Amino acid sequence: MTRRPDFRSRAHPAWWAFLVHRLSGLALALFLPLHFWALGQALHGAAALDAFLRFADQPLFKFGEWGLVLLLALHAAGGVRLLLIEFGAWSGLRKNLIAVTAGFGVVAGLGFALALFS
Amino acid sequence: MSGPVTEAKLWYWQRVSAMALALFVLVHLATMAWAVRGGLSAAEILGRTRGSWVAGAFYGVFVMAAAVHASIGLATIAQEWLGLRAGPARALAAAFALALAVLGLRAVYALVAA
Amino acid sequence: MSEELVVKVWRGREDGAFVAYRVPRRENQTVLDVVTWIQRHLDPSLAYRYACRVGMCGSCAMTVNGVARWTCRTHVSRVAKGEALEIAPLANLPIVRDLATDMRDFFDRWARARGQFTGAATRHDDFARVDPASPARVAADAGIECIGCGVCHASCDVVAWRPAFVGPAALNRAWTLVNDERDTAGRERLRAVAGDAGCHACHTQGACTERCPKGIAPTAGIAGLKRLVARAAVRGEL
Repeated sequence: MTRRPDFRSRAHPAWWAFLVHRLSGLALALFLPLHFWALGQALHGAAALDAFLRFADQPLFKFGEWGLVLLLALHAAGGVRLLLIEFGAWSGLRKNLIAVTAGFGVVAGLGFALALFS
Repeated sequence: MSGPVTEAKLWYWQRVSAMALALFVLVHLATMAWAVRGGLSAAEILGRTRGSWVAGAFYGVFVMAAAVHASIGLATIAQEWLGLRAGPARALAAAFALALAVLGLRAVYALVAA
Repeated sequence: MSEELVVKVWRGREDGAFVAYRVPRRENQTVLDVVTWIQRHLDPSLAYRYACRVGMCGSCAMTVNGVARWTCRTHVSRVAKGEALEIAPLANLPIVRDLATDMRDFFDRWARARGQFTGAATRHDDFARVDPASPARVAADAGIECIGCGVCHASCDVVAWRPAFVGPAALNRAWTLVNDERDTAGRERLRAVAGDAGCHACHTQGACTERCPKGIAPTAGIAGLKRLVARAAVRGEL
């Protein structure tokens, strides 16, 4: 085995952006079947869907829901950055858009939290 | 299905689906923030979706784009982080895509047409 | 500034280990100076590689405190953590001994990415006249100063994760040739860099662009190749 790059080599913004994008994407992909199954409860009528919604109406689920919204916002904004790098005119690693991604995550996270409590 | 041409096409389809998803997700985020105010109820959700062709088309295409995008990404992760070979990784990903499409379209049908 | 540096140097091959040396601290001192001092004064058996000492030849790259760098142009004052310095061979390459890596595999990947120029003209033809302002020439210019030091290759996680991946340096080379209007092997080259052994494995982690000592952005060329190749693949022209 040759030596491998370690955390010191990875300590730069574009690598962190990659890691956030990959982990958020992984979490979202694994959540999707659950999400679709839950909404599919409506097949058994509004009462069945309501039963699930009542079951999910507890702090742990709300927190999870909020976390997923945050991940979705980060994955979407980070993804737009990647698309601009891959398909747009070259303009560096667009680290300004890494900051925008973080900002969009904060805004979406706060906005959704506010909506949850209203 | 293997080889560089397939891999290039998979890359292309993941990016094309990403472009569509960027728009879908933006609408979805806004809808969610709107919908959760005051708590979720089946009547509220179904009131928006039932019989709506717009909702049906929107979520139908959304589901298909997500199934394509997520499964290609998972195949990549399975190869790079789990050490799977391309063939098995893509077979698993294809099964995942199929499951997502079926579950997702079933959910859309439940919300819009049932 | 302290009087002495404590320098941990990788000794041996893949199963080697770090050995600590004490080296006098100088005000104006590069990492290559430190390695040379150890070899001249403490252990003549230390293996490392360099030639020009002025950032042209690309042979002295090593891993300094975990980051791949050209050591001849890296001042100790910029990278030392207090008085500590850790010097290892480049990652992602087989180790010959100590700080010297085997670069054969690295350049074999350039060949696999169709990194050779193929022209149609002979010595009897006139010089090709390439407009310096044409987009293709500008794109080639941006990548053409590569000195083949291997820093990008050693910094790339995709190289570590995908054994078949040709890596950023080889793809940067391919991109400069794709943009060379005299070259005649365009389609063959696109085929060589397509897919997960080529440009489509890149996840835009940006390590190559971040670390290149010459300020080249392999990420830019790789993105260009991705677009060209995928368009050709989808149209069935590959």
